[in-house]
Amino acid sequence: MGKPVMFQWAINHAIAEEMRRDPTVFIIGEDVGKPGGPFGVTRGLLDEFGPERAVDTPISEGTIVGMCAGAAAAGLRPVAEIMFMNFITLCVEELYNQASKMHWMFGAQVKLPMVVRAMTAGGYGAGPHHSSSLEGWFASMPGLKVVMPSTPVNAKGLMKAAIRDDNPVLYIEPLSSYKLKAEMPEGDFITPIGKCEIVKEGSDITIVTVGRMLQESLKAVDQLAKDGVKPELIDLLTVSPLDMDTIYTSVKKTHRLVIIHEAKETMGIGAEIAALVQEKAFDWLDAPVARVAAPFTHIAFQPKLEQHYMPDAGKLVAKVKTMLG
Amino acid sequence: MKISKDIKIDLFTRMVKVRTFEDDTNKIFMAGKEMPGFLHLSQGEDAMAAGTCANLEINDAIYTTHRGHGCIIAKGADLKPMMAELFGRIDGCCKGRAGSMHFADVKTGCMGSNGVVGEGMRLAVGTAFAQKYNKTNNVTAVFFGEGASGTGSFHESFNMAATLKLPVIFVCSINLYAQMTHKSVHIAIEDMAERAAGYGAPGVTFDGNDVEVVYEEVAKAVKHCRAGKGPYLVEGKTYRHYGHYIGDPCNYRPAGELEEWMKKDPVVLYEKKLLKEGVLDAKGVQQVKDECKRLVDEAVEYARKSPQPDIEELYVDIFA
Repeated sequence: MGKPVMFQWAINHAIAEEMRRDPTVFIIGEDVGKPGGPFGVTRGLLDEFGPERAVDTPISEGTIVGMCAGAAAAGLRPVAEIMFMNFITLCVEELYNQASKMHWMFGAQVKLPMVVRAMTAGGYGAGPHHSSSLEGWFASMPGLKVVMPSTPVNAKGLMKAAIRDDNPVLYIEPLSSYKLKAEMPEGDFITPIGKCEIVKEGSDITIVTVGRMLQESLKAVDQLAKDGVKPELIDLLTVSPLDMDTIYTSVKKTHRLVIIHEAKETMGIGAEIAALVQEKAFDWLDAPVARVAAPFTHIAFQPKLEQHYMPDAGKLVAKVKTMLG
Repeated sequence: MKISKDIKIDLFTRMVKVRTFEDDTNKIFMAGKEMPGFLHLSQGEDAMAAGTCANLEINDAIYTTHRGHGCIIAKGADLKPMMAELFGRIDGCCKGRAGSMHFADVKTGCMGSNGVVGEGMRLAVGTAFAQKYNKTNNVTAVFFGEGASGTGSFHESFNMAATLKLPVIFVCSINLYAQMTHKSVHIAIEDMAERAAGYGAPGVTFDGNDVEVVYEEVAKAVKHCRAGKGPYLVEGKTYRHYGHYIGDPCNYRPAGELEEWMKKDPVVLYEKKLLKEGVLDAKGVQQVKDECKRLVDEAVEYARKSPQPDIEELYVDIFA
């Protein structure tokens, strides 16, 4: 293993390595070039690759994504930054009506290898327009892959996999994890899209965590261990397409399932996983499938209200305890 | 600019091919049995498609609209898979999945029609970006109507293309109606070309029913774009003979308007001009029409013989 690398530099290194490997890869977005990104994720890429491959644009989110689709259809591999995930509402047209459909709709005449980066910023008091987790919307779009890294290692591996994928991939990165550090495997590696990771094996309950909720889940697992509870912790990593087989196998072992995600509970990923598990693994369940997720309201800037809104380790522990009776 | 006899015949042939395809498509659609979905026809705007595409090479790209058959035919797509696509058959250029409003023929540079008004512009900017990135010297033309000029896509795309100096020709066909709403209701200026100045790009307005004028003006735009000078707006004043969709009763049109514009039908005008100039004689004109009719008839026959897609087609190609 190499020296510890911060989450945000893991993303940076993944993009840089792919740009060195493949001349069709370029980055595009607001502030990605000279400023190096609003939080520094693309720092240094302009200097190394020049303005042709590190493209600063006007504030035109829809056109950034739309032009990525047009460039990808013509053979390039764009990596776009949309900054805060709320701004991706301005690109739903281009992601849904255009990018996600073009390969199928045109009878496989074109491929759409493109990555769109968006950042969730829950927990920062960033307020209603900067803090949302909208992955559920995009997971309902056939033709679009959605990944949510949770550690520096899988942040790098998923970015490299996303850039090499021949489909549009939405890459959702958590601002609150940017400073996490981890030792990075040496050499070239990817984290495969469409595969969960079993972070910790256990026998009493399956916890499926999405994105930055891994950090909360790890804390919860430690607390539960003190009470002798052994949860199996699965990091979803890819929100679409879902790796349900890993989840079914785990549920058949533990007989209980709880899903934790930062997005709202209503119409969320947890709802989809719960529905699939009750369809395919109902006979193995000893308790109703549960969710720990945000309530059906707006996220507040006000710290006390935001804290109440956010799922966390304490809420997960409480939920698990009620499920184990 | 002196237009050669060969180019004149080419312009006429492209227009007749477009018109014949559109007229026959209309008949088949109206018969109500073979062609599913919605249909938007472009008769009247034929000169914009032909005059623009005659300037383009096969590796140049176009994006067009929900009313895009004419552009795609003029760019050079094979009529057989096109017609099969409109019939929803497996031998369609998009395997019968896309239909009239959404189809593409990538090998001839037809990168897509679009069911969402204005959205082709954003995609066109991206393809032009790839052309510049790969130093191909190719250009991308994107067709739209004045209705699409009200979208955010128009502003963002033009500004993006101008800022990044991308080879995009914005081809605006003013057909007087945004769906069913007259231009005077939703645009505060007379000429769309004025807007180009706001992006630091050239813009020009002309008679979109005179195919030679369209050809000459777009030639300047193509030259500008190939020279790496950024985008260019061309605006042709034309008219949509049919309604927004086939079946539209057109009750929003003032009496006599269609009749006035039919006197300026670009195909009829150009036929008269070529006869008068002696570029073609009556027999030559008929030969062009017969050849186009033969191609369209063959395309219809091809479409009719092609099977419908199997249900499994719904589930393949979701991911590449």
